[in-house]
Amino acid sequence: MSAAQTDAGTHPSLDELRAEAMQWGRKPRRRGGWYVTEHMVRAMRAYGWTIIVGAVGQPILYLLGLAVGLAALIRVPIVDHGQEVSYLIFVAPALLATATISVASEELTYPVMAGFKWRRYFYGFNASPLSSPQIANGVVAGATARMVVASAAYYLIVWLLPFGAVPHPATGWLAVFAGVLAGLAFGIPLMAYAGSIEDDKGQFALVQRFLFMPMFLFSGTFYPLDSLPLWLQWIGWVSPLWHGAELGRVATYGAAVDPVMVTVHLVYLLALAVVGYLFARRVFTERLAK
Amino acid sequence: MPAPVISAHQLVKSYKVKGKPDFVAVDGLSFEVAPGESFGLLGPNGAGKSTTMKMIGAVSTRSGGDLQILGLDPDRYGPEIRSRLGVVPQQDNLDGELNARENLYIYGRYFGLSSKVCHEKADELLAFAQLEDKAKNKVDQLSGGMKRRLTIARGLINDPRILLLDEPTTGLDPQARHVLWDRLFRLKERGTTLVLTTHYMDEAEQLCDRLIVVDKGRIMAEGTPASLIREHSSREVLEVRFGSDRNAQVAGSLGGIGERVEVLPDRILIYADNGEAALERITGQGLEPITSLVRRSSLEDVFLRLTGRSLIE
Repeated sequence: MSAAQTDAGTHPSLDELRAEAMQWGRKPRRRGGWYVTEHMVRAMRAYGWTIIVGAVGQPILYLLGLAVGLAALIRVPIVDHGQEVSYLIFVAPALLATATISVASEELTYPVMAGFKWRRYFYGFNASPLSSPQIANGVVAGATARMVVASAAYYLIVWLLPFGAVPHPATGWLAVFAGVLAGLAFGIPLMAYAGSIEDDKGQFALVQRFLFMPMFLFSGTFYPLDSLPLWLQWIGWVSPLWHGAELGRVATYGAAVDPVMVTVHLVYLLALAVVGYLFARRVFTERLAK
Repeated sequence: MPAPVISAHQLVKSYKVKGKPDFVAVDGLSFEVAPGESFGLLGPNGAGKSTTMKMIGAVSTRSGGDLQILGLDPDRYGPEIRSRLGVVPQQDNLDGELNARENLYIYGRYFGLSSKVCHEKADELLAFAQLEDKAKNKVDQLSGGMKRRLTIARGLINDPRILLLDEPTTGLDPQARHVLWDRLFRLKERGTTLVLTTHYMDEAEQLCDRLIVVDKGRIMAEGTPASLIREHSSREVLEVRFGSDRNAQVAGSLGGIGERVEVLPDRILIYADNGEAALERITGQGLEPITSLVRRSSLEDVFLRLTGRSLIE
């Protein structure tokens, strides 16, 4: 700062300012997305108890209701892909995926709406060195962190508590990732949609009622999908929940799913997540540059 | 004169509108801002001030012209430029779920500052914003003036070279405005370059070394507040009211008094170097205004002269 300062008074020269900016820009360019994740996770602390109680309480309630109640009624084993399994073993992976998807649809909608509209904090992020895609990445990563917690908690409960819902613990833990993948496949396209909403007219309540609920009911969650009439089965085919639940079943009890179908499930979920992500990135970039 | 930290040349921003010709929000602005200068954009709502600020802030890309911030092109070096700017937006965008201190801390992280530095800066800036006793309060519990001060403090977390303030005191009560102006004076004294938009002429007169008057995306005039008033208005202004139904009628008979007469719906403005003398001439004609007031010319008058419209509509 010394030589160039002489003719510019107390102010550094343009060359020095330029060099300083290049130096300061380096870290945010590389790691910006993680700063957003840090922010999201920090903000989750405000409702930390809801997250923990939800992650632990929900599976226990569902499993008690199903294991003690419904399973006592359904004494006949379920025939899934030609294999007989107890009712609880059959529903546990689907409930895990459902719980994870429901976390995704929470974390990728309301905070996005808040960021753009209610609190506008995305505009604050955007005035810092962060780029719009980094903001989108950070939101996804923050939501994923919570999904992993919810999915893992669910898995630990069905595995460790005496429900006996995981006959194959060696591969069973993979159900956690099947759940997270299903959550991303459902949540990221929803995030793109949330980012595009200019006026809040209760759209998320509609998503809950007309997207999430039918998906929950008709995705082979409570009975094998092929026991539905064909004209209802398509709901399962398009729903991330069915694909995620089927993967989870392969993991927890080795359901006899055709390997080709395992690939189909994986590719379908990945494709939804990736296409949703590309849309979300564009929505974020365009809206923040307005 | 040191090299400018901001230089805009024929800056244009236009938006596509379906089925209509493009809407041109900023229409060929050229200006430069020297380091340490306090530069203002004065104009009514919709003049293109905020759009210009977004381009300077490297968040909105320009449609035409040249723009250099700290010697860098914002199209290519957005993150680098933003890393050295402080931004105080028109609408607060703090995170209401975090407390005041956390808002500062987390914002510092965005600039890649270490956790330790962020903690230190957060405390220092809480003191600067006079919010030490509110550190643990959630932002939602703060008053409008406090939120504004916190937003300014947040904008300083990276010791910016340039602080951009978009309508910094809009919506604040007079006392809160004065507290804020005091904080901005201190920054100016420290050598921070300030760029601010405002539609309050008193604010522009208080804070700006130099300003441009903007209307419909174009520069109408440029200069120091004093030189603009000297150039575009008389020394004094006489305001007289005859009642809203009589103002226009009376104005017709005021020809020859003062340099210029401007009829507004609620009052008549007479531009004259000696306001009292002008008033005597009016009463000499047997006209009795309901109220009369002699004041010094302000930037409001400059704006009225240049655009034929009032700043606050």
